[in-house]
Order: sequence, then C-alpha cells, then structure tokens
Amino acid sequence: MRKKEFKYYLISIGTIILFLVVWYLLSDVFQVFRKGMLPGPVKVARSFVEKLSTKTPDGNTLFGHIGASLKVVLIGYIIGVAAGIPSGVLMAWYQPVDDMVRPVFDFLRTIPGVAWIPVVTVWLGIGLKAKAAIIFVNVFVGTVVNIYSGIKQTNEVQIWVAQIFGAGRLEILFKVALPSSLPYLFTGLKVSLSMAWLGIVAAELLASQSGLGYMIQVARSLGRPDLVIVGMLTIGLIGAFLTMALEMAERVFVKGNRK
Amino acid sequence: MEQGKRKVQAKNLTKRFGELLVLDDISFDVMEGEFLCIVGPTGCGKTTFLNCLTKLYDITNGEILVDGAPINCKKNNISYILQESSAMEWLTVEQNIQFGLGIKRMPAGMKKERTEEMLELVGLTEYRNYYPKQLSISMLQRTVIARAFATYPELLLMDEPYGQLDLDLRFRLEDELVKLWQKTGTTVIFITHNVEEAVYLGERIMVLTNKPTKVKKIISCNLPRPRDVADERFVEMRNEVTELIRWW
Repeated sequence: MRKKEFKYYLISIGTIILFLVVWYLLSDVFQVFRKGMLPGPVKVARSFVEKLSTKTPDGNTLFGHIGASLKVVLIGYIIGVAAGIPSGVLMAWYQPVDDMVRPVFDFLRTIPGVAWIPVVTVWLGIGLKAKAAIIFVNVFVGTVVNIYSGIKQTNEVQIWVAQIFGAGRLEILFKVALPSSLPYLFTGLKVSLSMAWLGIVAAELLASQSGLGYMIQVARSLGRPDLVIVGMLTIGLIGAFLTMALEMAERVFVKGNRK
Repeated sequence: MEQGKRKVQAKNLTKRFGELLVLDDISFDVMEGEFLCIVGPTGCGKTTFLNCLTKLYDITNGEILVDGAPINCKKNNISYILQESSAMEWLTVEQNIQFGLGIKRMPAGMKKERTEEMLELVGLTEYRNYYPKQLSISMLQRTVIARAFATYPELLLMDEPYGQLDLDLRFRLEDELVKLWQKTGTTVIFITHNVEEAVYLGERIMVLTNKPTKVKKIISCNLPRPRDVADERFVEMRNEVTELIRWW
C-alpha cells in the first residue's frame, strides 16, 4: 500500500516537471509566441521572487495582495457558513420553517452570484464590505443547499432506532441527522470555498485597489505578462492550499462515513 | 405458559395504507417475560405490526398498549432490531453499542461494563474500533444486536434479525438470545419466516395469514430447553406450523 502511494506521488511530480519542460520549450527554446508574449518559467520564477519584496508597479508586495484578497474571502466565507449552517438545519429539520422559507429561498438561489454585484455596489460601494457581501451570498446559498440535502437524506431507519431508544427530536438531530450529514456539509464547504476564491478574483478584476485580481489587471495594462502569470499561479496555489486545509479538517471531523 | 400480567395488548388493530388494508382487526396479548414468535409470509405485514407497536406508523383503528398504556419510548425501555442494517456509519463498533446507553443517560461505569459484556457476547472485542464500512454484513448485524441488548430492554422487538447471518453464527446467537431472555426476563417479540427458528425460540408461535393480515392461529410451544431440532416432538411441532403455512 505504501509503495503504491509513493508511486502515485512520483507520477504527480512527473506531471508537474513535464508541464514545466513543455512550457520552457514553447517559450524560451522554440519561441512559438511573439517575443515577450509568453515569458518562460525561469523569468516567471525570477519575477515571483522579486515580487515578494517590491511594491512596484501596483503599490503592494505579493503578500500584500494575497492578504487583501484572503481577508475579503474569509470574511464573506465565514459569515456565510456561520449563517448558512443553522439556516439549512432549521429548514431541513422543522417542516414549518421549510414551508415558510423554501419558496423565497428557491427563488433567490437561482439568481447567480454576479447578478448581485450591481445592487450590492449601490448599497455598499466597491470596498471590502461590498465584495465580502457578494461572497457571503454565494457561500450562504451553497452551504444551505448542501446541509439541507444532507439532513434530508438521513437514513429513516437510523432515526427510528434513536426514537425507540427514547431520544427526542433535538437529540436525534444532534446524534443522528447532523453526524450523518457531515460529509455533505464538507463537500459544500469545499465547493463554496473554491467558488468564493474564484469570485473574489473576478470582482477584483472589475473594481479594486488591491488584491491578486487587481495586481493581474495592472500588470496586464503595463504589458508585464510575467507578473500576470505570477498572479495566476499564486491564485492557483492559494486555492489549492485552502482546499487542503479543509480536507485536513474533514479528516478530523468526519469519521467512518467519509465520501 | 406464563400466567403473569399482560405486557403488550393489541386490540382490534387495523392498519391501512390508503386503500390497501394491511392489518385486519388483529387482537392478541403478549405476557410479561414471554417469548413470542410471529411467522407469516414475506410482505404480510409483520413489519407493519412492529412499526405500529412502536408508533413509527399511525394506527388506522384499534390500539396497542404496553403495560396497559400507550407506548412511550422515553419511559418504556424498548429495543428494536430492524431488518435493514441500522448501524451508524460515523460511529465505531464500540460507540454503536453505546448508542442506546447514551440516550438513556447511563452512568459511565455501567456504560463501560455493558459495552465489554456485549462485545464479548457477539465476539467483536477485537473489532471495537472499526467503523461499519470496514465490517462484513454479519459483523454489522452483530453490532446492531449488541446495541439492542446493551440496554437490557423490557421489551425486545426483533424483525428477522438473523436473516443475513451464516448458519453457524445464527445458531450461536439464537442460543445467546435464549440465555439472555432467561437471564433478564425481558419480553421478546420475534418476527421470522423461518419455521424452525420460530419453533426453536418461541414459547408461543403466532401464525399470520396473507394480506389482509389476520391471526391464523396461536400455538403454545412448551418444549423443554435447550431444544433439540432432531427431537421427535420438535419435528412434530415444526410440521404443525408448516402445515398451517401451507394454507397460503
């Protein structure tokens, strides 16, 4: 088993190396693209290291931009999850709440996240609050949908077992429905996190004074494709890192019934 | 054969699912400490009866009483072993066995003691930290059985609990069930379609008809224990029940 895992590990590393080699051949060796349009991996790596400490041309270091983007994402995400979980649980577990809220919720959830941008800009401007609010809406909807369907799919037989042992409705929620829906919740958390991360970059491309999306936008207008690629790769890396963090949390909290 | 008080009383029990009449005016009593087997063809409403008894289904007509009052799962100590596997996938074998004890707020010491006893009884001590996903069907069913026994229920409802087990284990668990029943004095209602199993276990055997289900006959079965499946009287009794079933 260990040996097999190691083999897959090697294959993954091999793919990354292959990618870098192809990139290097296309850019620096054969120069397939017009000069300056596709910087090679060496050039990008150099720009990356440089960008860690310089604030030109966009007024902030790479870490500064990462921090700015992450801050907005995490604020919107955490509030969205914190509000989404109880809302979804209430809807799934208490029929009157479901009857009351569902019609409005089903209507609102069909509105795509970006469609909220104009109205949110009117209400909250274009600063942190506005962007966090858009992320919040997306994350909230995603979280509610996932925990709702997770709880609705609780095995009836398992509910019966708890009921016959004498558990009340609230105890059944905490001892059966919630633990059995945890895998769904984590799927939802992962999906909304990557959606939030994609969303913030899109928002920053449109209107912003900092953040990774803004950095890419400035680099593009100044003809610095190397910095554009640095920005793209950083977005990818941070996204992968966030997903990994959630997967670690999943491993801690979800036992026995991981999907 | 027990002349004690009535544990369970079913009075004119009728259950319809829409137009479909499943239970048709069934009345019978189960005595305290009795072991009652219910046999009947598959899909004849045996499970429906247990689900009505535990209030999982609403009753269309009639009533079911436990100790003279409508059942109350918070007061009555009841365990139900369902036909489908009902182990909680997110709990280990040990935690599954403790599930009912936790709901009944048993003190920690007793919880531990019962858990060890049950693990030993069903032979899962080595597998206590396994999750259901890692277990075979037979081990899963043993976990569920241990969970049901752990609370020492006053009323134990079993719906074809041994249907999925291999023969050897089934014989062992049948003997364990009898031992446990004798030791704890619990009242058992045991549903099966296996005539031999019913004759081996039951003090009375209630034979049901096909849908709409009525009680066909209730037979007393007071062979001495431990029962011997090759014994002449055992075979006679088995044939008598089988004969009743041949009617369908």
